[in-house]
Amino acid sequence: MARYIARRLLLAIPVLIGASFLIFAMVFALPGDPIRALSGDRPLSPSVQAQLRADYNLDDPLPIQYAKYVGNLLQGDLGTDFSGRPVSDIIKQSLPVTVKLALTALVFEAVFGLVAGILAGIRRKSFFDSLVLVSTTLIVSIPVFVLGFLAQYFLGLRLGLFPIAGLTEGFRSYLLPGFVLAALSLAYIARLTRTSLVENLRNDYVRTAKAKGLTPLSIVGKHTLRNSLIPVVTFLGVDLGVLLSGAIVTEGIFNLPGLGRAVFNAVNSQEGSVVVGIVTLFVFVYIFFNLLVDVLYAALDPRIRYE
Amino acid sequence: MSERTERDSQSSVPRDEFAGRTEGRMPGDGPVAPAHRPRDAEVPDSTEDLRQASLWSDAWRQLRRNKLFIVAATLLLVLTVMAAFPQLFTSIDPRERGVCQLANSRQGPGTNGAWFGYDIFGCDYYSTVVYGARVSMIIGLVVVGGAMVIGVFLGALAGFFGGWFDNLVARLTDIVYGLPLILGAILLLNLLAADRFFGERNLATVSTALILLSWMTFMRLFRSSVISIKDTDYVSAARAMGATNSRIILKHIVPNALAPVLVYGTIAVGGIIAAEATLSFLGIGLQQPAISWGLQINSAQNFIRSSPHLLFFPSIFLSVTVLSFILLGDALRDALDPKLR
Amino acid sequence: MTSPVLSPYEPVAGGAPLLEVDDLYVEFRTDYGIVHAVNGISYTLAAGETLAILGESGCGKSVSAQTIMGILDTPPGFVTGGEIRYKGRNLLTMPAKEQRDLRGEEISIVFQDALSSLNPVFTVGSQIGEMFRRHRGTSRKDAKKAAIELMDRVRIPSAKERVGDYPHQFSGGMRQRVMIAMAIALDPAILIADEPTTALDVTVQAQIMDLLAELQKETGMGLILITHDLGVVGEIADRVAVMYAGRIVETGATDAVFSAPAMPYTEGLMASIARVDQKGQRLNPIVGAPPDLANLPNGCPFHPRCPRATDLCRRDLPELLEVVPGRRSACHYRDEVLRDH
Repeated sequence: MARYIARRLLLAIPVLIGASFLIFAMVFALPGDPIRALSGDRPLSPSVQAQLRADYNLDDPLPIQYAKYVGNLLQGDLGTDFSGRPVSDIIKQSLPVTVKLALTALVFEAVFGLVAGILAGIRRKSFFDSLVLVSTTLIVSIPVFVLGFLAQYFLGLRLGLFPIAGLTEGFRSYLLPGFVLAALSLAYIARLTRTSLVENLRNDYVRTAKAKGLTPLSIVGKHTLRNSLIPVVTFLGVDLGVLLSGAIVTEGIFNLPGLGRAVFNAVNSQEGSVVVGIVTLFVFVYIFFNLLVDVLYAALDPRIRYE
Repeated sequence: MSERTERDSQSSVPRDEFAGRTEGRMPGDGPVAPAHRPRDAEVPDSTEDLRQASLWSDAWRQLRRNKLFIVAATLLLVLTVMAAFPQLFTSIDPRERGVCQLANSRQGPGTNGAWFGYDIFGCDYYSTVVYGARVSMIIGLVVVGGAMVIGVFLGALAGFFGGWFDNLVARLTDIVYGLPLILGAILLLNLLAADRFFGERNLATVSTALILLSWMTFMRLFRSSVISIKDTDYVSAARAMGATNSRIILKHIVPNALAPVLVYGTIAVGGIIAAEATLSFLGIGLQQPAISWGLQINSAQNFIRSSPHLLFFPSIFLSVTVLSFILLGDALRDALDPKLR
Repeated sequence: MTSPVLSPYEPVAGGAPLLEVDDLYVEFRTDYGIVHAVNGISYTLAAGETLAILGESGCGKSVSAQTIMGILDTPPGFVTGGEIRYKGRNLLTMPAKEQRDLRGEEISIVFQDALSSLNPVFTVGSQIGEMFRRHRGTSRKDAKKAAIELMDRVRIPSAKERVGDYPHQFSGGMRQRVMIAMAIALDPAILIADEPTTALDVTVQAQIMDLLAELQKETGMGLILITHDLGVVGEIADRVAVMYAGRIVETGATDAVFSAPAMPYTEGLMASIARVDQKGQRLNPIVGAPPDLANLPNGCPFHPRCPRATDLCRRDLPELLEVVPGRRSACHYRDEVLRDH
């Protein structure tokens, strides 16, 4: 097991390096003026331009640029925005909102997705099963931003059930956006759980369990579920990484001041340095959670541990 | 549909696409176990008694009987025609000068006989939405086509030759996977396109960006299919009967290895269409005055209360399009997976 | 290790036979029609006796075993007639809870493929121990101890160290021993072995069969051996019931049936065995193929392949009737067939 973890860690490092290099290259290494790339069409005052040059070491040869860039990253320096504010500050301010939103969404998708999936799986071809299949397909086809607006319109405006935007109502403000954010994954988890359960119920060891005289509850609840949940749990792990990586659209629609919103605003105002800084963070978080899930997978499935 | 666009294109396909998305999470090199076991392809020189059972003809027969497939295929046919020949659906061309009159701005459906009302520029909304189909279909097909070509090519090489090339491609895949689709698109489009290569964000730019970010799953699916097929008994048997390498590749390996790629591709088209809409919605995809459902929804967001029809119509068209591709892909997967027969 | 020859319908000293399958009918309702898997079979088992159920793949022998255990998949399988009496009580009408209590405790089964029959995420120790925890309410610690003892009994080396290992860490033969350990954990009165050695190589096969024979001698349990392997039957079974197309077509003591069959199918089986003195000659298979259980022919199901078939055979289904005391045959010409040997 330890060897497995070590191996996954070792494999993650080149990925991290590669990703950071990719981002770096996209901004700084391609032909053209990087300042232009960072700022787009937006005019910058000379002092800001000078600041950018200093921050990103644009006067140094490329390899040194990259080295210093990585050095800065490791120290937590993600650059500054065009008014001199460190990106890490922006992150510190917006992160809590995003984390709360992500956790809300995770709870929604885990609870509803699992329950729906399990019920659909043990009662295949029943009405409930068909209902789950149909509704998940529908949810999946409707792009998140459409879903967000529809939710805002029907549940927020028309029925007045939830606050439609902003953080004004404390915890309740997270419910609607959390649900919208979770919707896609919820559908996916329900489908995945159902399929996994159905497949596992067809397995021979279920037959053996029956032959041992175990109760149906024990067969499904203990033997099958343990096997079926492996893919679901690993999915949840990665999803947390994705959720944290910014629910850009959702935060935009519901006007929540999280990391996604920060990126969105930065994109609109063409503050490339902020975009690069936050996106780099996102990528690292995502890779980290992937790694975590790899380890989790091995913990759950003993067949993997001994590879 | 931002960060999870990858998922959208994969969502309702349990095994295949789940296999595709456990990238990085699968232990070992992250190769994906193909969810389907390739069916024995035609056996050369068999006795007359054995039927010529081919995966594709069987699949077609099963598809024809599947009602959802018929529905999805019909819808897609209509949409394709709409994309290619919008004139068949509406006599008004919203791109012409003088067609849009600001006086009509945001009028609801039914005004002046306009079925969908008018948009914020006073253009007839029905025709605008209809013309929007073109962008979506083109981008969906071009991106998936391009990604498929790259993915299959790399996957074939990686699968056949293995070794250091395989490792290299695997690492490359991991790295690009580390960049969630929308984030990657933001980086590519926002930072790159400005004035470096294309000069503006048009269909080509957006397509290129999306292709660069979505070839990975195709590569993995095809590669793992190739690996599992090239070692099968029937390939060895064909070789023993004197089949040349190219015959083996063309007749045995490719038809079986292509199946999961095609299934995923079909569903991915839906996902890409949704991704383009999302990017346009976010303002980093196509720009005005391009006609895209995403842009239309973007414009509509400030008027949800007063003119909800601005939101609904493109949303419905978008959702139905994505849904059709997903249903099509589902039906294809059921038809092509021998285990489910 | 053969016990004295027992006739099928003579009660064992002391009382009624342990298990009586009486005119059992099982069908499978599929999308393609009704498959008649078991068509009116009857057999009995006495304590300490080894009964072999012999037949080709697809003849319904496993289905009958699963029905006895009550683990038939319903749907699509349905019992449409007959009774299964264990110690006089009909298992088919027993309340579900009682049936569950019986399984593992009094009647156990060992399956063919131990790798897929064992749960991959639990240790073998916990899976064996589960028998005790479930049926006897034993504590985890004691169950684990009992598991180690059982593993010793079935000759798994280093039981104490290996009790915490997972199924995939054992070899095929060892895994089968684990399954046997699970099955005999609670000292059942009847052990059903469904093709226990088919997936193993010959040397391991012999070891497993020896183990089963030994365990039976120790505990005096009844053993139902389901197999298509004539060699295994000859070695270990006291009595044999030959199955064809879901029916029992011959019963009797193994030696008697093998040396002097009373039914053409059994004749064919005996003639098809490769023997040393046949060296250099062609083998003698039974011509044709087993019937489609969804489309059974009229009359005797074997008639299309039978060298002795007459119009009577094509018309009338022969009953399983006594031909000499202790032997039954389902053939219109049972006496003639027997006389020929």
